[in-house]
Amino acid sequence: MSAVIDDHTQEHDHGPAGGITRWLLTTNHKDIGTMYLIFSFSMFLLGGTFAMVIRAELFYPGLQIVEPEFFNQMTTMHGLVMVFGAVMPAFVGLANWMIPLMIGAPDMALPRMNNWSFWLLPCAFLILVSTLFMSGGGPNFGWTFYAPLSTTYGPPSTTFFIFAIHIMGVSSIMGAINVIATVLNLRAPGMTLMKMPLFVWTWLITAFLLIAVMPVLAGVVTMMLMDINFGTSFFDASGGGDPVLFQHVFWFFGHPEVYIMILPAFGAVSQIIPAFSRKRLFGYASMVYATGAIALLSFLVWAHHMFTVGIPVAGQLFFMYATMLIAVPTGVKVFNWVATMFRGALTFEAPMLFAIAFVILFTIGGFSGLMLAISPADFQYHDTYFVVAHFHYVLVPGAIFGIFASAYYWLPKWTGYMYDESLAKAHFWMSFIGMNLAFFPMHFLGLAGMPRRIPDYALQFADFNMISSIGAFMFGATQILFLLIVVKCARGGVAAAAKPWEGAEGLEWTVPSPAPYHTFTTPPVVE
Amino acid sequence: MGVHAKQAGAVAAGLTIPTLVLADWGINMPAGVTATSNDIYGLHMTILWICIAIGAVVFGVMFWSIFAHRKSKGHKPAHFHEHPLVEVVWTVIPLLILVIMAIPATATLVDMYDTTESDIDIKVTGYQWKWHYDYIDEEFGFFSALTTPRDQIYNRTAKGEHYLLEVDNEMVIPVGKKVRLLLTANDVIHSWWVPEFGVKKDAIPGFINEAWTRVDVPGVYRGQCTELCGKDHAFMPIVVRAVPEAEYLAWVDEQKAAAETERELTQKDWTMAELMERGEGVYARACAACHQADGSGLPPAFPALKASALVTGPADGHLEVVVNGVSGTAMQAFGGQLSEADLAAVITYERNAWGNNTGDMVTPKQVFDFKNQ
Repeated sequence: MSAVIDDHTQEHDHGPAGGITRWLLTTNHKDIGTMYLIFSFSMFLLGGTFAMVIRAELFYPGLQIVEPEFFNQMTTMHGLVMVFGAVMPAFVGLANWMIPLMIGAPDMALPRMNNWSFWLLPCAFLILVSTLFMSGGGPNFGWTFYAPLSTTYGPPSTTFFIFAIHIMGVSSIMGAINVIATVLNLRAPGMTLMKMPLFVWTWLITAFLLIAVMPVLAGVVTMMLMDINFGTSFFDASGGGDPVLFQHVFWFFGHPEVYIMILPAFGAVSQIIPAFSRKRLFGYASMVYATGAIALLSFLVWAHHMFTVGIPVAGQLFFMYATMLIAVPTGVKVFNWVATMFRGALTFEAPMLFAIAFVILFTIGGFSGLMLAISPADFQYHDTYFVVAHFHYVLVPGAIFGIFASAYYWLPKWTGYMYDESLAKAHFWMSFIGMNLAFFPMHFLGLAGMPRRIPDYALQFADFNMISSIGAFMFGATQILFLLIVVKCARGGVAAAAKPWEGAEGLEWTVPSPAPYHTFTTPPVVE
Repeated sequence: MGVHAKQAGAVAAGLTIPTLVLADWGINMPAGVTATSNDIYGLHMTILWICIAIGAVVFGVMFWSIFAHRKSKGHKPAHFHEHPLVEVVWTVIPLLILVIMAIPATATLVDMYDTTESDIDIKVTGYQWKWHYDYIDEEFGFFSALTTPRDQIYNRTAKGEHYLLEVDNEMVIPVGKKVRLLLTANDVIHSWWVPEFGVKKDAIPGFINEAWTRVDVPGVYRGQCTELCGKDHAFMPIVVRAVPEAEYLAWVDEQKAAAETERELTQKDWTMAELMERGEGVYARACAACHQADGSGLPPAFPALKASALVTGPADGHLEVVVNGVSGTAMQAFGGQLSEADLAAVITYERNAWGNNTGDMVTPKQVFDFKNQ
């Protein structure tokens, strides 16, 4: 009974509830954002551990540490955990924390659903990770889980994997609905769409992508579920089905998915570069249109992942041209970031360092993407380490550096303290060197002919694999430093001003640091 | 979970470091030995240089800003934040570059898709984890599987020159002839790739994909499966020997004669010892990858054969599973993959090895009758 009364009094003093119920029952966007970020970082460490197992096995040719069956489970789980557990929830966490603060809203539009969409995630990942301990092991068919390897030939735990994917999908769709409802309904008076910060814009577009493609993913795993358990033959050629259908449906989800993982990072970097260049973002409107164009084109290019499956030459040409077109809006974004820096007054705090590295290294990933788009050349690149290098260049310095840049940029607002700048710079330089050492040699390996997803390789690939493993260990170990920096910052230090960055713009800097538990209960007015 | 630490790092290092010295530092795509692979190499180098040129301009401007426009040097920020002309220019120029790039790419692609007027047709079938080459005009075919010993893979002996890229039966083609490949798979999706030919095509169950190549330079060319196909994906290489036509024709005659001898084996009277000896070899080639050399399997996906109720039960049940497979599982139908003699030998071997001592002998004639009942 007393609990009821306590709740009632707390409704009036607007503070957080005490103990574990604060986190279990919270509907506060800041609490939920924090939980998303902590969850995502723990998944980043878990997925990173899987990557360390992969790189340790590949350090030398031959089989030393793990058997091929377990190696395949590691590559699969590394991909699944990083994509669905680390990158996507990190951006939802940033959206939760920052979108209401950036548009002058008191909270997310659908706070109870917000709580639910977070708490589904730990459940989904508990199921997914538990498959590793089941008889026959966890998913071992790659994060793209191509049929029939994942259906007729999959381990018995595949049904649990499907269930976990379903729950993650539900969580993502609810998160996306929440972002759209918040952005479209809760903007402060005077904040028109074309005055929204770019992070809000890119997230709004990302949310539409999520709603469009997560049901497609749910559809494809449901078809798998039917094939495995209920005797259908969607993907089984011997029953009249079509294994290539799987790839079409998967990549119709999968290609927009890669933009889901990068567009919010575009938005964050578009906040950070102007702040540390002390100069307005160049070409705001063209940034918005370019993001929209990338999102629309992302629905028309899925088969460039399937250039070797034997689609007719007309289809091949269509998907090659459409894919090449994406380079145009992506180029516009890169040119705009560089033009923003040009003739600014630059300083190089940790958020800016990560943002600059983002632009350079993401561009390198974009270049290899353009090379992969050339369909005849893709016949040589496809499913080699060149592809592994390409998507790690867009995901690690793209999505992950974008997240680090955001974390350092907004940490003072979240904790009320400045983080340790020299430790953060050490984190940056070691991540930057480790990441390039790990992934740049993979371009060479792929071009020289090393296929991806193999636990052992021919001897001519030995040197670069060893270098790559050393870089990966360095990058992995460095991330413990990030944990220390954040914990240190949360526990105290130099108090942060409401606007700790000289050149920063936006409503989030008008509230004190740390941001009070409830902000903008009366909407601000944007002129 | 299948994880168990192997040798200590020191042992592994001792065995592998000498080989590292031999490894070369290849950093670029090979230009290859076919017109297609040379076209692809040309496209690859063109687009690479375009990227390097764009990168030099973009990063040049950026590094100039980082160097010259620092607050610490007292640089004051400018106030511009848009410029319609510049924005149009940097949208249109990349578009033009892409159009220029698309033209040769289209020409090469159309050429790669032209599989008409071939001189030789070879059907390539992917299996977990080996390839089958069927010379459909000549009526013979054979499996091609990895020969690298497990001792090399597990670092117990030094690795050979063609570690993981060597097979028992190479695919042989004549130089200067257009060879059409018809690709399919028996179980999961595989992908047939020889980098020096510029040919990579998926082998998909239920589909027949086409690719072609014309090799001008005699030699041995090596490649690998490039679509994840299960645990031994890394261990199903491709080796193609391109030889002058006369040599090729002699090889074809040899293969045809060998195929005829193989067919005659069904009629031969076999002894138990002969069947056991042949069966051990067939088992190692066709069965051991999943059911393991000692018959212990990798449950639950790959059941044990040692002391298995099915293997020690009535011979007809055993024949049924081996010949027709078990649908919905990884157990393939070996009836079409192995000869009657090989089927009889391997079934006899399984029924008597590892303490299964049933004393049963299954003859090639029995297998023939079973298949035709």
